Amino acid sequence: MNDTNAPSLRRTIVRSLAVGIVFGIVLVKSEAVSWFRIQEMFRFQGFHMFGLLGSAIATGMLSIAVMRRFGLGGLGGDVQVGKKESRGLNRHYWMGGTVFGLGWGLLGACPGPIYAMIGTGASVFLVALASALVGVWTYAALRPRLPHF
Amino acid sequence: MLETLQQPWPWYVAGPLIGLVVPALLLLVGKAFGVSTSFRDICAAVTPGRFEYLNYDWRSGWWRLAFALGIVVGGALAVTALGSANAVVDISEATRADLAGLGITDRTGLFPEELLSWRALGSIGGFVTIVLGGFLVGFGARWAGGCTSGHAIMGLVTRQLPSLLAVLGFFAGGLISTFIILPALLGGGR
Repeated sequence: MNDTNAPSLRRTIVRSLAVGIVFGIVLVKSEAVSWFRIQEMFRFQGFHMFGLLGSAIATGMLSIAVMRRFGLGGLGGDVQVGKKESRGLNRHYWMGGTVFGLGWGLLGACPGPIYAMIGTGASVFLVALASALVGVWTYAALRPRLPHF
Repeated sequence: MLETLQQPWPWYVAGPLIGLVVPALLLLVGKAFGVSTSFRDICAAVTPGRFEYLNYDWRSGWWRLAFALGIVVGGALAVTALGSANAVVDISEATRADLAGLGITDRTGLFPEELLSWRALGSIGGFVTIVLGGFLVGFGARWAGGCTSGHAIMGLVTRQLPSLLAVLGFFAGGLISTFIILPALLGGGR
């Protein structure tokens, strides 16, 4: 690695860390990490989580539109970001999504909140993280035999 | 000011802030928002070369691991400088009644001790919630190619059909857990 690459990597890491810190704070202060809030959401008994996700999506859309308008972040014209491949029945999206939902409904935490909960000192979420990693490893092992598109 | 920040943040303040993570990562790091790929990076770093899915240079994911570490630090700051972990979450009356029916009456903190604690890990309910729940979150997120951040936020923000399908799956699975699995786990003990 040469000298021109090293500072760039360091800058990337510092910036990612900083955005992660803000995101982690918001996840906890908004109670999106709370098992109780997730239960309220899946029972459709409160607006909090829907308002949270809805306003996050709306703000994200507005941001992307502004970035496109001014060609910021390399988003000139019709540049697609985070493009997901779509063909056939797209089975892995809804099948994998359902498996994920089963876990989210039980644990009350998705990947971001798992990290945030560990930070709050709820050390049992280290077990949840380890289980999630075993889940990813198992997916890697079974992947050739699972339906995708 | 600090006292206001130490209260729970309303959705209309926190939601837009979460939405701003999308342009923040694009502008500052040049990457699309997503958390669960960091799980893949960790697996690839720990067990390299075994499976095709994990056979790549995980060092390309340094930014994701830094982002994940940031979330951990943020979680710590949220319950120290910006509040406490023991506040009662103000969920709706209907949810309180439903959970009480399942035997969950202690609502101190962000999650029920009956299910999510080291003590609960030894019970069937706690084991299924923590270990099986975590396993399904990891397995499902990677099979679906993303989790709440990558699909429900980033994917819907960029109006992609695959992400809508994934989010419909998230809710289908969540409803099954909420209305079938959890009552079966908790109802039997009462």
